[in-house]
Amino acid sequence: MYDKQVRRRRAVLALLVVVSLILLTAYFGESAGSPLHSVQRGVVAVLSPIQDGASRALKPVRDLFGWFGDTARAKTERDQLRKQRDQLLHEVAGYRVAMQENAQLRGVLGVDDGSGLQGYQQHTARVIGRPLDNLVSDRLQLDAGSGDGVRVGDPVIGSGSGANTGGLIGHISFVAPNTSFVTLITDPSSAVSVRVLDSAGDFGLMKSSVGNPLDLLVQLLPRNANIQLDDIVVTAGSRSSALESLYPPNIPVGRVTKADPLELDNDQQVHVSPIADLRHLDYAQILTGPASASGQQRAQVGGNAGVAGGP
Amino acid sequence: MSSRDGYQLPLRLAALGFLTVVVQIAAISQVTVFGVSADISPLVVASVGLLAGSLPGAVFGFAVGLFVDLALVQTLGVTALLFIAIGYGAGRLRELRDPAHGLVPLAVGAAATGFATVGFALMQFLLGVRAPVSWLLLRDVVVTILIGSLLALPVYALVRRIVQGTLPQDPRRRRRRAYTTGGLSPLQRPSAGR
Repeated sequence: MYDKQVRRRRAVLALLVVVSLILLTAYFGESAGSPLHSVQRGVVAVLSPIQDGASRALKPVRDLFGWFGDTARAKTERDQLRKQRDQLLHEVAGYRVAMQENAQLRGVLGVDDGSGLQGYQQHTARVIGRPLDNLVSDRLQLDAGSGDGVRVGDPVIGSGSGANTGGLIGHISFVAPNTSFVTLITDPSSAVSVRVLDSAGDFGLMKSSVGNPLDLLVQLLPRNANIQLDDIVVTAGSRSSALESLYPPNIPVGRVTKADPLELDNDQQVHVSPIADLRHLDYAQILTGPASASGQQRAQVGGNAGVAGGP
Repeated sequence: MSSRDGYQLPLRLAALGFLTVVVQIAAISQVTVFGVSADISPLVVASVGLLAGSLPGAVFGFAVGLFVDLALVQTLGVTALLFIAIGYGAGRLRELRDPAHGLVPLAVGAAATGFATVGFALMQFLLGVRAPVSWLLLRDVVVTILIGSLLALPVYALVRRIVQGTLPQDPRRRRRRAYTTGGLSPLQRPSAGR
């Protein structure tokens, strides 16, 4: 009797392990449109309304726990923001004059405003989930999907109230009919071509730093770049037909938090903190553009990336 | 035991697993403490293993892990494989050692969280996902284990409350109870041959 129980237990254990390994191997070797991926997409589509409801219902609980941390951070942030506000008030006056001149000159020359968001529609979506594997990857789940016109590769910006919002947060890496996943700019696999708004407007490549995703690194900068603390970093964008950037130009991404001349000279990099508050987002805005050949290409690239290591 | 009673445990475990994953994704994962978020799913799997034994623990771990992989668009089988080990390990601990100390769930919870966190990262590395390795990552792993340890006892109590009354009788526990409450130990009992 005891031997029978032991044999049964071992057989079930072996069966479960073998099934897991078969699933793992099959899934890993499949393309994005294969049966296992389709099943997964179906499960996600069925689950997302439930998750949406649960997310709404459990928001007070999240807010309660978040309140403790937020209160501790709020005082420090308030003092920093007051300093920044005073500094910015001086700058704004100068910028307004410059903008007026700029608009007049652009009107004279007949060029567009260069914001890069023409042709994009902003679709506001609610954050309904954050995957568990935040030590290895950094993603968010939104309640908008292909039914809302969302496609793989669409840029996503943070939205909501407060000072730390309004910046780029990532791009769509997986889409189901009523939900989608955003791979954040802090994900190890993410890289964004950016421009630092210093005196020269230096270009670089932004990635998350090892072990501390919220500390972003802008790399490949010129060794003699004159970058200062609090310089704003925006998306560089690229409209080259050969390799179109995922992100339109001039979306704010971050603010320089450390610009060590020695590090700049040796490693050609500075440290940047994201403008959007990536850990406390309730809503995000997906920039959905018109269907185009380049959009299809982006979808292909995103789809392949999703197969290799999850979206 | 009627056939209706026989379905009670699987039904309750299915509901428990579903709710665990939904609550984890919709609420708990979105609250960060010192830069990491708590993960109650390995704690629930370990608790089920501790309460119900190795076989239910392994099956429950497989089901919850597969559900997590499906819901989070991860490589299927990774979390399932890890959770099988957690459920089975916790169940075997109960069957072999029958630990009675009140802090056992805490230790098991810490071990389960550590195993799930490190195991998932290792599996991702093996599958070719490039992820950073540094002292800060190690710190995050330690903080995750600490948070898991803090949550282990309440999660265990909750799981025990949910599955209470549906667990099959455990002969080992019954024997021990009989001995400690005044029954004769097997050495003192007159043997049938004597």
